[in-house]
Amino acid sequence: MENNKTMQQYWKKNISYVLVLMSIWFIVSYGFGILLVDSLNNIRLGGFKLGFWFAQQGSIYVFVILIFVYVWLMNKLDKEFDVDEK
Amino acid sequence: MSILLWTYILVGLSFTLYIGIAIWSRAGSTKEFYVAGGGVSPLANGMATAADWMSAASFISMAGIISFAGYDGSVYLMGWTGGYVLLALLLAPYLRKFGKFTVPDFVGERYYSQTARVVAVICALFVSFTYVAGQMRGVGIVFSRFLEVDINTGVIIGMCIVFFYAVLGGMKGITYTQVAQYCVLIFAYMVPAIFISINLTGNPIPQLGMGGSLADGTYLLDKVDGLSAELGLAAYTEGKKSMIDIFCITAALMVGTAGLPHVIVRFFTVAKVKDARISAGYALVFIAILYTTAPALAVFGKYNLINAVGGKEGISYKDSPQWVKSWEKAGLIAWVDKNGDGKIQYAAGKALEGAVAFGTGTGSEGQREVTTKPTTDPNEIYVDNDIMVLANPEIAGLPNWVIALVAAGGLAAALSTAAGLLLVISSSVSHDLLKMNLMPDMSEKSELLAARISAAFAIVLAGYFGIYPPGFVASVVAFAFGLAASSFFPVIIMGIFSKRMNMQGAVAGMIVGLVFTLAYIIYFKFGDVLFGFPKEAIANDKFLFGISPEGIGTIGMILNFIISYVVSSVTPPPPQEVQDMVESIRFPRGAGDATH
Repeated sequence: MENNKTMQQYWKKNISYVLVLMSIWFIVSYGFGILLVDSLNNIRLGGFKLGFWFAQQGSIYVFVILIFVYVWLMNKLDKEFDVDEK
Repeated sequence: MSILLWTYILVGLSFTLYIGIAIWSRAGSTKEFYVAGGGVSPLANGMATAADWMSAASFISMAGIISFAGYDGSVYLMGWTGGYVLLALLLAPYLRKFGKFTVPDFVGERYYSQTARVVAVICALFVSFTYVAGQMRGVGIVFSRFLEVDINTGVIIGMCIVFFYAVLGGMKGITYTQVAQYCVLIFAYMVPAIFISINLTGNPIPQLGMGGSLADGTYLLDKVDGLSAELGLAAYTEGKKSMIDIFCITAALMVGTAGLPHVIVRFFTVAKVKDARISAGYALVFIAILYTTAPALAVFGKYNLINAVGGKEGISYKDSPQWVKSWEKAGLIAWVDKNGDGKIQYAAGKALEGAVAFGTGTGSEGQREVTTKPTTDPNEIYVDNDIMVLANPEIAGLPNWVIALVAAGGLAAALSTAAGLLLVISSSVSHDLLKMNLMPDMSEKSELLAARISAAFAIVLAGYFGIYPPGFVASVVAFAFGLAASSFFPVIIMGIFSKRMNMQGAVAGMIVGLVFTLAYIIYFKFGDVLFGFPKEAIANDKFLFGISPEGIGTIGMILNFIISYVVSSVTPPPPQEVQDMVESIRFPRGAGDATH
């Protein structure tokens, strides 16, 4: 059952990574790009209104970063728990 | 050299390349046919996924749609990229570990039920056929615009090319041609975008040029907002749609993307779980290059268009730029002189009632005669969405070979998506229906033959839809995403993340999600035609919570989750071996090959 316990830990850690990253995913797109767009539009980012920038550019950049961060975290986690592929 | 000659050369070269790859990568086994042998490198898979995903509509129409919708166009940008985060974090690694060939495979085994498998097959077929018809039409349209052949001839040429590499090479042929097609399409998209960005803002990176300033020092976006206000149009950076609708459409597109079988199946082609995660990342990078350029092109296009038609003052038809006339000749621009002053006026509202049609005569200024009934709105000019990409090279004064390149790029985008969809159709029939259901004793060799035959049959059917497009094609895209969002996505997610989810819950959830979403879309899209509901009953102000049919998949998905949870908690848990299977897909080790 020892093995089972570490596996549970691995899965819990994975879920917590996913939850954190998905919250960021939600905040930049639905939060900054949609729900808060009007107030963020009062802030400027060069020629962009900030809310508009998040909706048409920024959220996409963040999406890319999120995936690579997850890959990096999981590769580390897989090794740590010795479940990585040989 | 003329545009036509250049187009023949570039399109000819790209087609030769695709056929060459097809011959080199013939499939010898069902595993090669369904999942390219399971050994595709993550980078190549990322590129192939990007080409698979970006359709003729992404390449040709999206920039134009955003150009006219402004902020509201963000739903497509976020919606069609955000789904990859869901894929990488919630789906791809686990489905790869599961290691079968198709999405119905997973649904069938996880929910230990042939009924669930068959429902999944039907959904996969419906979604893929909806999509592929539009792609074949797209091939025909690009051919007719650039190579001066009839649309139907174009569809048939496209069918022959896809036939060659899809039937011969299966997923293996498709994967490597898609890699080549991605390179062609992204090059074709970026070259004109970079030049236009330099022309307008002096910045060679379109993503930055979009936020840059014009020669007179004002920011481009502010200028476009100002010009739009003068013309009585909505401000470009602010939307017209309600917030809840924007929210729901974005969610439906994101979740729908993550539930589309032709996207999911791409992650079965890599060797490891690790590779599945990273290749979703690569795919999104390759997609993001186009998806962050499109909104830039949209603003550049809007600015150029308003200037070309003289802004608020209007411009006399004779003085309008040459590209306006040449695209009028191609039928993508039309002008009706409503007030008879000889000037083109661009204003709010639609210029024409319904689709544009031309007569044979010419108007007082030499413009093409328009036979469609004009609206009472002051707007006099009809501009097709596609123009923002197609006319770009000409607007920027680029050489003829760039125009030809755009043609080759559009064809690459349409062909790569069509091929990916055809593979889903053929594997659904040969693998899920025949091998796993009706004829389990079929040998490997006959299954491969069945796969080739069903691919060939699907191409012919797709071509038929391309030549005789069902009138509702444009509005059924909502179906594809709504369906994927309200059926596949919740079923797969719960199959991975909940061991307790059982067959009863999944089937009940899928049925409720599907029926609700379909009924809502049919009611508002076709209620008048099919059931004779009065126009007022299906008007936009009758939407549930103001959510349009495009976004209703989100509500369908939520219903699916709730119903599945409730039903599964009052019915017995799934058998132990299924729970063990769920346990095993959560850990990468021992992924091995994708097998039966």
